[in-house]
Amino acid sequence: MLPTPDTSHVPYARVYEPAEDSFLLLDTLSAASETGFLASRFSSSRTKVAPPPLVLEVGPGSGVVLAFLTAHAATIFGTRDILTLGVDVNRFACVATRLTVSKAVEESASTAGSFLGAVQGDLVGPVRSGAVDVLVFNPPYVPTDELPVPPAGIAEKSKTTFEEDSHLLALSYAGGRDGMETTDRLIAALPDTLSERGCAYLLLCAGNRPEEVKQRIRDFGPQWRAETVGTSGKTAGWEKLQIVRIWREPVEGDTAV
Amino acid sequence: MKVLTLNFLSCAVKTCKSSSDSFPLHPKEAELAKDDVEINPQLLVNVLPRIDWAALRTTSTELGFPTLPDQPPTAEELEADEKMLQELHTLLMEMQIVEGKLVCGHCGHEYAIREGIANFLLPSHLV
Ligand SMILES: [Zn+2]
Repeated sequence: MLPTPDTSHVPYARVYEPAEDSFLLLDTLSAASETGFLASRFSSSRTKVAPPPLVLEVGPGSGVVLAFLTAHAATIFGTRDILTLGVDVNRFACVATRLTVSKAVEESASTAGSFLGAVQGDLVGPVRSGAVDVLVFNPPYVPTDELPVPPAGIAEKSKTTFEEDSHLLALSYAGGRDGMETTDRLIAALPDTLSERGCAYLLLCAGNRPEEVKQRIRDFGPQWRAETVGTSGKTAGWEKLQIVRIWREPVEGDTAV
Repeated sequence: MKVLTLNFLSCAVKTCKSSSDSFPLHPKEAELAKDDVEINPQLLVNVLPRIDWAALRTTSTELGFPTLPDQPPTAEELEADEKMLQELHTLLMEMQIVEGKLVCGHCGHEYAIREGIANFLLPSHLV
C-alpha cells in the first residue's frame, strides 16, 4: 500500500474532504491492472521512447489524488518523468492542492514526478486541445434538483461567508439531473482534450447510469473504449461507486488520423 | 505555477480555441520566483518532444530569458551541452510565475495570476 497524502491542512468547510470516492481512485490507480496499463503507455523501454505524460486532475479539491499520483509516479507510471496539473473551480481547492502535492512530494522525493501547478477554471477550459495524456475526474455526481451556478470570473476574494462556503462545497458534489450535468460536459470535451495516447479515469455512482455513460463514450467511434476498472460499496449486486477508464485503441486497417 | 505550464494552457474562451493566436498566452507584468529543484537531465531530454518549442521560445523571450535557438536541440546535442541543460532546467522546472496576467493574443482577455494561481474563470458574457 502506498501512503495516502496528508491533507490535515485543508479547510473542509469550503473544500471537499477526501471520502470513499477519493480512496477508490487511489486504490484503482495503484492497482496492478492500472499501473500496468499506464506504464505500458507512458514509460520508456528499450524499444520505445515515451515522452513524459501530462496528467491533469479536474476538480482535485483537497489534492489527495493528484498528490498521490505525483508523489508515487515511479510506482504508478513506471517512470518519474511525468508532469501533473490541477484545474479546480474553487480557488481554495487550488491552494489546498498545491500544498497537499508539495508535502507528498517532499515525503516521497525519490519516486515523485513534476508538479506544474493548480489553476482556477471550469473543467478543461484553460487546457490546450490535445494536451492531456491522463485525465482524472471525481465529478460532482450526486443527483440533485438544481445545479449550483459556477462562480463567475469576478468573484474572487479571500474571505467568504458561511453561505459562500456552502456554495463552494455544493459545487463539489451536486451533479444536477442524474448527477451527470457536469460530467456530461466533461465527456463531451474528451475527444478534443485527450492526446492520441490519452486516457481518462472517471468516477461514477450507480445513479449516473454508468452502463449508458460507457455506451455513449463507445459511440464516439470505433477506437473508443470505456471499461469499469474499479468498484466499491457493493450492495445487493449494485456497485455504489465505480471508476471507468476511457481510452482509444488504434483500429486495425484504419489509416486515417 | 511553473513557466512550463504555459506550454499546456490556452485561452478559455470557446471561440478562441481554434485560433492559433490563443496559444501561447502572453505573460504581462509577471513576477517570477525560482524554486530549487534538483536537475534531472533525462527528464529534460525526454520532455523536448513533448514541448511546443516555438511557443516556449516566445514565452522565454517575453519573460526576459535568453533567446532560445530556432530549433530545439536533439537529444544528443542536449545531453552534451551542460549550459543548455542548466538553462532549460531553470526555465522549465524551477521558474514560477507568482503574480501578473496572462493575455490572449486573439481576444485580448487578461487572466489574473495571484499568489501563483491563475484564474481562468470567465465573466458571464464570455462563457
Ligand atoms: Zn481569447
